[in-house]
Amino acid sequence: MLRLPSFTYLQPNTLALALRMKADAGPEGTYVAGGTDLYPNMKRRQQEPRTVISLMTIPELAGCGIRDGGCAVGPCVTLTDLCAHPAIRQHYDTVAHAAELVSTPLLRNMGTLGGNLCLDTRCNYYDQTYEWRKAIDFCMKKDGHICWVAPSSPRCWAVSSSDVAPVMVALGAEFRLVGPNGERIVPAARLYANDGINYLTKQPDEILAEVRLPPADGWDAVYHKLRRRGSFDFPVLGVAAWLKWDGRRVAAARVVLGGVASRPQEVVEAGAALTGTDLSDEAIGAATEAAYRPAKPLDNTDFDLSWRKQMTRVYVKAALEELRARRR
Amino acid sequence: MASGKKAAVTQPAAVGRSDGQLRVVGKAIRKVDATAKVTGATRFADDLFLPRMLYAKLLRSPHPHARITGIETSKAQALPGVKAVLTGRDLPIPFGILPVSQDEHALAIDKVRFVGDPVAGIAAASEEIATAALDLIDVRYESLRPITDAEDAITHPEPRIHDYGDGGNLHKLVNLEFGDVAEGFAEADLVREDLLFFEGSTHLPMEQHAAVADWSPLPDGKLTLWSSTQTPHYVHRALAKVLELAPAKIRVVATPNGGGFGGKSDPFSHEIVVAKLAMLTGRPVKITLTREEVFYCHRGRHPTLMWVKTGVKRDGAITAMHFKSLLDGGGYGSYGVASTYYTGALQTVTYDVPRYKFQGARAFTNKPPCGPKRGHGTPQPRFALEVHLDKIAEQLEMDPAELRLKHLVPPNSLTANWLKIGSMGLGECIRRVIDGSGWRQKFRKLPPGQGIGLACSSYITGAGLPIYWNPLPHSGVQLKCDRGGGVTVFCGSTEIGQGSDSILAVLVAEILGLDPFDVAVVTGDTDLTPVDLGSYSSRVTLMTGNACIQAAERARDAIASHAARQLEVPVARVAFADRRVFDLEDPTHGLAFADAVQLAEAAQGTIGTVGSYTPAPSPGRYRGAGVGPSPAYSYSACVALVDVDPASGIVRVPRVWIAHDVGRSINATTVMGQIEGSVYMGLGEALMEEMAYRGNRNVVHKIPSLLEYKSPTTLEMCDVVTYVVQDPDPNGPFGAKECGQGPLLPVPPAVANAVYDAVGVRVDEVPITPEKVFKALRRKEKGEPARYGPATFPEIAWPEPTRVPTPWEGGDGRAVEGGGRRATEAARRP
Repeated sequence: MLRLPSFTYLQPNTLALALRMKADAGPEGTYVAGGTDLYPNMKRRQQEPRTVISLMTIPELAGCGIRDGGCAVGPCVTLTDLCAHPAIRQHYDTVAHAAELVSTPLLRNMGTLGGNLCLDTRCNYYDQTYEWRKAIDFCMKKDGHICWVAPSSPRCWAVSSSDVAPVMVALGAEFRLVGPNGERIVPAARLYANDGINYLTKQPDEILAEVRLPPADGWDAVYHKLRRRGSFDFPVLGVAAWLKWDGRRVAAARVVLGGVASRPQEVVEAGAALTGTDLSDEAIGAATEAAYRPAKPLDNTDFDLSWRKQMTRVYVKAALEELRARRR
Repeated sequence: MASGKKAAVTQPAAVGRSDGQLRVVGKAIRKVDATAKVTGATRFADDLFLPRMLYAKLLRSPHPHARITGIETSKAQALPGVKAVLTGRDLPIPFGILPVSQDEHALAIDKVRFVGDPVAGIAAASEEIATAALDLIDVRYESLRPITDAEDAITHPEPRIHDYGDGGNLHKLVNLEFGDVAEGFAEADLVREDLLFFEGSTHLPMEQHAAVADWSPLPDGKLTLWSSTQTPHYVHRALAKVLELAPAKIRVVATPNGGGFGGKSDPFSHEIVVAKLAMLTGRPVKITLTREEVFYCHRGRHPTLMWVKTGVKRDGAITAMHFKSLLDGGGYGSYGVASTYYTGALQTVTYDVPRYKFQGARAFTNKPPCGPKRGHGTPQPRFALEVHLDKIAEQLEMDPAELRLKHLVPPNSLTANWLKIGSMGLGECIRRVIDGSGWRQKFRKLPPGQGIGLACSSYITGAGLPIYWNPLPHSGVQLKCDRGGGVTVFCGSTEIGQGSDSILAVLVAEILGLDPFDVAVVTGDTDLTPVDLGSYSSRVTLMTGNACIQAAERARDAIASHAARQLEVPVARVAFADRRVFDLEDPTHGLAFADAVQLAEAAQGTIGTVGSYTPAPSPGRYRGAGVGPSPAYSYSACVALVDVDPASGIVRVPRVWIAHDVGRSINATTVMGQIEGSVYMGLGEALMEEMAYRGNRNVVHKIPSLLEYKSPTTLEMCDVVTYVVQDPDPNGPFGAKECGQGPLLPVPPAVANAVYDAVGVRVDEVPITPEKVFKALRRKEKGEPARYGPATFPEIAWPEPTRVPTPWEGGDGRAVEGGGRRATEAARRP
């Protein structure tokens, strides 16, 4: 059986204390919420913190409620609680839907919103045990120098595998980050960088303290997920589509893909192709093609990569057709 | 769910001295170990903790194929907490499950043969220390070109993975011909050839293999090994051989297996290593494999390329069949020689095949060894054959169900390859699934994207021959009656979740008129129980069942003779039921079972009996005839309904109808469970399971984890409508045949045939993944052949065929030429 290595586990009850503990622990310290991402990674020695600081005992990270017309969600709300929350179900059903598609019920009982948003990027060559990675001589994301997915590449191509992140980007949510030098607000899209190693712009000592959802009127959104099985699996493709309606016309649109890059990938051309249309078949076709062309899946997830690229068309089309159907 | 009986059941002699009613057999009975399992009370091997216990880890090879040029262990040995380090030199004697393939070492000595091959073993005070010590062992390797798959093995006879076998990197070649196949093809109205591929898959038991060894040096040394093994008897033999201990100095206890499916049927490196470490340190040593290591133990389904050619008359009657298989065996022999024969043995057992030729080859490759997985070597040819027949039926413009029904193998007959068929309920199975699924209203009539497919199969109820040649019983049972009315039954069989412990309790209860929960069951312990060969080849219900019936009948006869005297009735009228022994003609006149036991014990001493079972010899006498014979064959028919999304190629299976001829259901609940479990496993192989390796990246296993090795979840599991057909076989206990493996076989071809019915494309390989369906649909759109599958079968230098005349050609079961003796014969000896 794979065992966790030994580590020090701390449970601060305030954000300030958590920041101090992290400062004391230095680079060998890390935060944890539900642990469903970190602990398996630690068992496989993908991450080797000596000090693990739990955020689950900090009350201000655990709430969820309507505020200023929008909704403020604590990142330590479990995915199960998020799905069941009346305000989320009623006003942000797509957030609840995406959260409900994460992994399995058991893991959603432990895993949190913040954990899914900060989920480590994933790769067939990285999410393996120490011994396996040793057999191929490691990769640049941990202990090695090469990207086995694209050996001539200077960068790591591990893939963003969050279900909720593409939805947050599509919705235009904002995140409040608290660090040793105070706090800052970043738009969801700006939390992520297209690099498999440095996939978050959040500094390691910063804590994701709040997720702010925009007021829930005048727009609609959907999320479609492709994976091998109906449970358990990470997305090999996620499609989050958001629209602002102006009567029967699309005033603004965003199409964001998950599972194809190291961050949730907005396809600006797809959104542009929808704007000003009534979501006709032609408009959906144009947006679908726009999303298909730049999607460049690599051999870093389940399924054959050429098929995954083909599925971009199928899934973007289905998502946009659902948006159209919801309008009627 | 429905169930049914085929015909009036012949009353076996076993229930002679009762009122003729079966009181326990056939009922739905809670498994005797179920409460412990669901409450967590069952102690699996990893649950065992002994005082002063050490923990072991294995260092495994990071190379697929390399010579070991040096191993330096001093740094590891110096790490505080490390108690012992072993390398291959400490365990130089080879072992292997088959006498002809003694090609494994507990730890590699000169050479490693796959990524994950064990190289060194460590015992330490904690698992963490043992793990840390692994990195302190310095192994120097000299890389050799890896052999990535079976075709690579054919084109690259060098470097050889093993220095034995049938030449180069071919482990085994088989060439058998029964009757004049050329003549059969000449008589045919239609001759069709097909190429198909069945991908490898692994067992995926929930419980990872674990073992604990204890060595008592005083008075003169005794080793005890607790292990999650399906075959304690074979582990006992391997330990005796490798550790050079007298068998009497070794006790192997098979702990309850948290699933086996064939993956715990070999003696394993980790079992031998913990035993040796316990002997060296004088302390108990435990090892629990990681999930990744379980993938490296493997012994799962052989990836198999198949070519089949069949001649048929216009009415579908088969005139001849020629079948070729190429198996990718992985790094060691394991059961592979048997697996190779099994890919050709049972083609004749379902439909009438008057002339048959089989050529099989197994290659060594630098991957974890393949072996027996549920259905052992037969799901692959069954997939090929049933898809092939579906295509033949279409060409003949016949309904595939009609074609099969018209040409069933007759019951109580001999096949072309000299297998003896007993009861044969396939016709009833086909009729059940056809009627139940509404086949006639659906086949080729469903809307686009929906489809329905049929396939059938047959499987052995226990192998007719043991793994090492011997004339001894395959299963032995001891039975002891307690004065209080309880009975203890002892048998070497192993509970792997399939319900074998319950079979013993049910049969004893039936014969002695008890409740199954009055029977204490002691199994899988080489010190306490008589030998049973193990939980493999679907042998346990039939073989331990028959042994158990014999022991129970002997106890019943002993008790009855004394009870008859007490009751003053003829012994023939003494009956056993409801914990009583009574006069059949006046059931109120009797005594409690416990009192009857006391009477007998007072009169003749302790009431203990034995029973044993040896299968009757098979009529086949040619070399290779050892694989295929069985006391009885089970039959299954399956209809699968599929939904195929033409935009993505994603296949969903909402429902499967399956009928299985189990001969006689001993426990209705476990029969149903085994059939449904087989459907589940078959569905996984049909749709997604795949032992994938990266040939260009050191031949590492692509996905050795429970998350990324895709197996269906509850959501992917189809609804199953099960029909239990009972066509009792005279060789089975109360007529029972197997049900744990056979029902898997028809599921993959039924799904493949249904996909064709749904979207008109043939995916001639499993798993039938969305990518393959999508590609085939693309080809169809472009007007190319609407198919995804293998294109060629490589040239193989087959040995001269062993020619065996069929029974209807006046043969006597012997070969007239060939005989399979080859120059490499000497090399096969250990």
